[in-house]
Amino acid sequence: MAEAPKMRPPIESGCPDAFQYMHPLMIKNYGNWAYHDRPRPGVLHHVAKSGDEIWTVRVGTQRQLGPYEINLLCDIIDKLGEGYVRFTIRSNMEIMVSSKDKVDPLIKAFEEAGYPVGGTGNSVTMISHTQGWLHCDIPGTDASGVVKALMDDLHEEFVKEDMPNRVHITTSCCQINCGGQGDIAINVQHTKPPKINHDLVANICERPSVVARCPVAAIRPAMVNGKPSLEVDEKKCICCGACFPPCPPMQINDPEHSKLAIWVGGKNSNARSKPMFHKLVAAGVPNNPPRWPEAGTIVKKILKVYKKDAKDWERIGDWVERIGWPRFFELTELPFTKFHIDNWRGSRHMLNQSAHIRF
Amino acid sequence: MAQNQPKNPEKHSTFIPKEKKSTKPFHKTPLLDQLESGPWPSFVTGLKRLAHNNNMMVDLLGQLEHSYTTRKGYWKGGTVSVFGYGGGIIPRFTELMGSDGKPMFPEAKEFHTLRVQPAPGNHYTTKMLRQLSDSWNKWGSGLIAFHGQTGNIMFIGTTSENTQHFFDEINEYGWDLGGAGPCVRTGMSCVGAARCEQSCANEQKIHRTLVNNFIDDMHRPALPYKFKFKVSGCPNDCMNSIQRADFSVIGTWRDNMKVDQKEVKAFVKAKGRKYVVDNVVARCPTKALSLNDDDTLDVDNRNCVRCMHCINVMTKALKPGDDKGITLLIGGKRTLKIGDTFGTVIIPFMKLETDEDYDRIREIAASTIDFWAENGLEHERCGEMIERIGLANFLEGIGLEVDPNMINHPRTSSYVRLDEWDQEAEKWKNRKQQAAG
Repeated sequence: MAEAPKMRPPIESGCPDAFQYMHPLMIKNYGNWAYHDRPRPGVLHHVAKSGDEIWTVRVGTQRQLGPYEINLLCDIIDKLGEGYVRFTIRSNMEIMVSSKDKVDPLIKAFEEAGYPVGGTGNSVTMISHTQGWLHCDIPGTDASGVVKALMDDLHEEFVKEDMPNRVHITTSCCQINCGGQGDIAINVQHTKPPKINHDLVANICERPSVVARCPVAAIRPAMVNGKPSLEVDEKKCICCGACFPPCPPMQINDPEHSKLAIWVGGKNSNARSKPMFHKLVAAGVPNNPPRWPEAGTIVKKILKVYKKDAKDWERIGDWVERIGWPRFFELTELPFTKFHIDNWRGSRHMLNQSAHIRF
Repeated sequence: MAQNQPKNPEKHSTFIPKEKKSTKPFHKTPLLDQLESGPWPSFVTGLKRLAHNNNMMVDLLGQLEHSYTTRKGYWKGGTVSVFGYGGGIIPRFTELMGSDGKPMFPEAKEFHTLRVQPAPGNHYTTKMLRQLSDSWNKWGSGLIAFHGQTGNIMFIGTTSENTQHFFDEINEYGWDLGGAGPCVRTGMSCVGAARCEQSCANEQKIHRTLVNNFIDDMHRPALPYKFKFKVSGCPNDCMNSIQRADFSVIGTWRDNMKVDQKEVKAFVKAKGRKYVVDNVVARCPTKALSLNDDDTLDVDNRNCVRCMHCINVMTKALKPGDDKGITLLIGGKRTLKIGDTFGTVIIPFMKLETDEDYDRIREIAASTIDFWAENGLEHERCGEMIERIGLANFLEGIGLEVDPNMINHPRTSSYVRLDEWDQEAEKWKNRKQQAAG
C-alpha cells in the first residue's frame, strides 16, 4: 500500500500579538493617553500624558476588498502616512500618523481615490453588515447591496457630524440577525415557513439536530410518502430559517414573501441609559434589489425626524424614550399595528403599566 | 446626490487591470451594474476587477446577478477543513443547477471562506496587509472582508483544495484560523489602551489570554454552540460585547472619577453654562453631578454608575479613576433561539493586574465553558442555558457567590420555596464579615 502523503501539522498560534503591527506611538504610550478631540469630521486627535500626539484619519470602505483596493489604500498610507492602519468594528479604516501636517494630504488622497473620510462623532458611520447573497446560506437579501445603496444616500451624513449623537446602522439578511443591533437595524424577515423537499430529508439531514434548532418547537419527525422526513407546524413557525443550515431541503428563501423590516433604538453603550435592544417600527418593506429604495426612504425619514427633534447627545433610543412611542409613530408617519405588540414569552413588561399618557 | 458625487467614481468603475487573466467571458450583470454609481465605494466594481483576475469571480458575479434577478440565495453548507482542525472554514457549495443537473456557474461551484483571527484591536501594517492580500490572490478569489461580524478577517471564495494551501502559507507567517461552528470563536477587542484615554483595562492582554487559552476549543468544535469573548476597555462598550458576547469583559473603575476643575471651568467658559447644565448635569442618569456657582463640578461618586456620558462630553476635564479593573457579564447573544439576551453581571468588579488576577479570569472562563458544555442543550447558547436553569444554579455550577449587582430588582413572584433561607442569610453575613477582615 502506498504511503499516505505527509500532511503539515498546523501551528496553533491563536490570536496574534498586536504590538508587532501597532504604530510606535501607540506602543510607547500604551495605557497612558490623556485626552482626545476631533479637529474635523473623520479625524481624531489623541494626546498622551507624555505630550506625544497622534492623529487618526478614518476612511469608509466597501468592506470587501480585493488586491486592487488593498494596494491602492496601502500605497496612499505608505506614501503619505506611516504604514500603520487598523479597522473599526464597522469596517472603517483608521490611519494613524504622528504629525498634524500629514492629515490633510492623506484626506485629499483618499477622497481623490474615491474613499470618503468621516464616520467619527455624531455622524452616520458605515453600516455594519452580513454576507447576504454573496456567501450566506439563508439570506433573504444582499446586505452588501443594501448597504452600498444606503451609504450612497447617507454619504453626506458620513462626512459630516450633524446628528444629535452618533448613529449606528446595521443590516442582517434574515431575522437570526447576525448583523447585530443598532440605532437603526434593517433586517430581512422571511414570512413563509420552509418548503420541504421530502425526498431529500432522510439522506441529507440529521433529523434530531434540526428539531433541536427550532426556537418554537414547530418541527417534528414524520413519515412522508413512506420515507422518514420532517414536518413543520406552520401555525407555530416563525419563519426564522434556522432549520435550513442543518437541512438544506427545508428551503426558506422566498423571492416574493421575504420582506425587510426596520428596527430602531438599539444601543450597546452604557452611556446615560442602560444598553437597549432595537424595537420593530416598520415591516413588509419590499426586498427590492438592486437599490432597495423603499427601505432607504423609511431610514432617511427616521433620520430626518431624529435630527430635527432629538436633543444633543440623545441616541435614537434615548430620544424615543423621552418623547414616547406614540409620538415616534406620529412624527415618522409610520403605521402602528398589532404586530408591534410583542407576544413572545415574558413580554408583558413591555406593555404600558401606568397611566402615563401624553396628549 | 450630484453634489456628493466623488471626484472620480468613473476612475474606479472604468479601471481595468492591464492583464486579463480570466478566460471566461463576463456574464451580463445589469442589476449589479446599478450599484456602481454613487459616492460610496462600490463592492460590485471590486468584484468586476477581480473577475479580470480569475474565472471564479466571473462565475461568482453570474450567480450573484442571478440572486438579484430571482431574489433568492443559492449557497448551502458542507464540511471543509484543513488538516488537524475541525472548523474555521465556512464551506459553500452552489445550489444553482441547470437543467442538465450541472452547476450553472461551475467555476464558483465551491466558494469557501476561511476565517482568520486578527490581532486584538485589528491593527495591521501595510506590509502585512499586502502580504495577506497576495497570498489570497494566489490561492483564492482575492476578495477579503475586513471584518466579519464575529471579528474574523474573512477570506471569501476558494476551492476545497486551495484552503489547505492558503492556510499553510499564512500559518507559516503568523496567522491562525478562527472559529466556525459549535466552538469558541475569534475574539474582539476595542483599540483601548493603544489609543484611548478612557481605557480602564489592558484589552490586548485580556483578549489574547482568554482566546488563546481555549485554542483547542476553537479549532476542534465540540461545544453545544458558539462561544464568544469580546473585550471593551470602558462602559462605552465599542465592541458591543454586552449584546454580542457570551463572555463580555468591560473595563471600569471603583474609586472617584478624576476631575480637573481648571479644565471644567475652561469647558464652561467655551460652551456656556446652559450647555453644561443641559448636556452634562441633566444627562447624568443618577443625578450625581452638580455645577457650582464658581463653574466647578461636584461629583457624588457614591452614586455614579460609571456610564461614561460626562466623560465622553468633557474629554479633557473628566477621566475614569485610578483604581481600574473590569466588570464581567455572561450570556449576551443575538436572536436565536429564545430572542435577544444581554450579558448578565457575574463579577461586578475585579482587578486585572497580577498573574494571579489573569489566572482567576481564565479559571472563570474555563468553569463557565465546562459547565455549559456539560449542561447546555444542542444549539443552546450559554445565556439561553442560564435562562433555562436560572442564574442561581449557574453561579453554583461555576462556583461564584450571588451579588445584588447581578439584578435590576429582587424577585417579584412569591411562588418560591425558601426552606434554606437561614443558611443562605448566614453565608451572606459570613462573607460580609470576611470582607471586613
